[in-house]
Amino acid sequence: MNLRGITDNAGEWLRGSGPHSDVVISSRVRLARNLAGFPFVNRANRRQRFEVLEACREQVLSKRLAENTLWVDLADSPTIDRQLLVERHLISRDLAKRSADTPRAVAIAADETFAVMVNEEDHLRIQVLRSGMQLGDALAHIDRIDDLLEEKLDFSFSRRFGYLTACPTNVGTGIRVSVMMHLPALKLTGEIERVKRAARDMHLAVRGLFGEGSESLGDLFQVSNQTTLGKTEKEILEDFERTIIPQMIAYEHQARQALLRQREKQLDDKIWRAWALLTNARVIGTDEALSLLSHLRLGVHLDRITTTNIRTVNELFLLCQPAHLQRVMDQEMTPAARRIARADLLRTRLGARG
Amino acid sequence: MKYKCDKCDRPATYHAVEIVKGEKIEKHLCDECAAQDGMGLKSVHAPINQLLTNFVKATSGTEKPEGSASLDLACPDCGLKFAEFRDKSLLGCAGCYAAFEAPLSGLLERAHETGNHHIGKVPRRGGGASEQRQLQITRMRKRLNDAVEAEDYELAAQLRDDLSDLESDGAGASA
Repeated sequence: MNLRGITDNAGEWLRGSGPHSDVVISSRVRLARNLAGFPFVNRANRRQRFEVLEACREQVLSKRLAENTLWVDLADSPTIDRQLLVERHLISRDLAKRSADTPRAVAIAADETFAVMVNEEDHLRIQVLRSGMQLGDALAHIDRIDDLLEEKLDFSFSRRFGYLTACPTNVGTGIRVSVMMHLPALKLTGEIERVKRAARDMHLAVRGLFGEGSESLGDLFQVSNQTTLGKTEKEILEDFERTIIPQMIAYEHQARQALLRQREKQLDDKIWRAWALLTNARVIGTDEALSLLSHLRLGVHLDRITTTNIRTVNELFLLCQPAHLQRVMDQEMTPAARRIARADLLRTRLGARG
Repeated sequence: MKYKCDKCDRPATYHAVEIVKGEKIEKHLCDECAAQDGMGLKSVHAPINQLLTNFVKATSGTEKPEGSASLDLACPDCGLKFAEFRDKSLLGCAGCYAAFEAPLSGLLERAHETGNHHIGKVPRRGGGASEQRQLQITRMRKRLNDAVEAEDYELAAQLRDDLSDLESDGAGASA
């Protein structure tokens, strides 16, 4: 299997299925781990980083963590492949951007349900992805992977501080639970700012599709915990599963209903304008496409648009992005050429005539 | 014809004509302003404050100044100075946690809602009991690194063997 293999399907987190998938796009759990005896990545020399990489590779591949695991050496993979993995949320932007000769890699399950980054900020960043709201399942899966890796790898651990991480904001459980939500109605009504403030007061981080600086791209928001020390993994997860996410889903539903009751024409106008532009535009940029797709997705969920489905819309969120678009077109393109190709792709996939 | 947003200078994407008291009012707003105004709804008052009160525990986060003395502290294992950590927010190795324990504890409490002790998962292999062994491994790896850098390959080979013995001891303990 190679990278080409994974771009042919939508990827686990975009299946558009799973509980509460009208609002929750995906659930993600990640663990930060470091190998005992080595300095953390930022203070390790090239040889040490290479040794860490080799030790992790051996263990990740020998443990058969998935039916089919793909190992991608990022030091010698082309920029476009790395960007593709970032767009699919399988590696971080940081890991993609490191200087070319930094030994680093990622192991990916063929079905993209997990990815293990090596030599990111920590030696190991294990992450598990699920479609819709499935945090419990994700935690059980990541716990198994962690146990398997730990059979041979010695993780840095202290009784007082737990799993030791390069940044003390991750120390303890090393866990980050995050849920990607589509909140177009809260955005339209302006309530999103209050929700974000409330979330921050609860020690949660609210970020955009690609973390900091991508605020509200396509009305997609990632909510994640900040506290990793002094609580168990289960407690951290239960806060999310029982309280925080159900509440946020309820707010989004309330906002959708309120818009339908009080601003139905304006709402329909937004949805149908999105449809009109997406099926007729000849030149379109990523940001505009994502923001129109957001309204289209809302329209599909509210049964306004019935000629396409959620899976297609979810896929388009991904295929509109630069690396995916170039992979689909099988060529490198300038931003200007991409804007034209993007418009063509949208029209074709949404079944527009002409 | 292109409209600019009534409230700011961005291009308007939201257009509406409202009749208020018999008067026709045209509105042209950008996305942001429309969200705040045009599409803004009065009745959606999610009980966010209530949600908050359930969560905000007594997290007064009392500021404990780390003190200038700690800036000169250095980690005996990797040599990182506390001042460097303050600049980059990244620690250099596992040993830094012990070396900077005092100045770190206030910072950890602020970052983790007063949490200062791990109560979550413990590695199956020995867990906390393996700390001593981990320290041994750390020191041995450091000597190995020095040996390789000094091109003392005989010593390096010896250390590598010792290290692999030590590591496989740990693996055996889990069986």
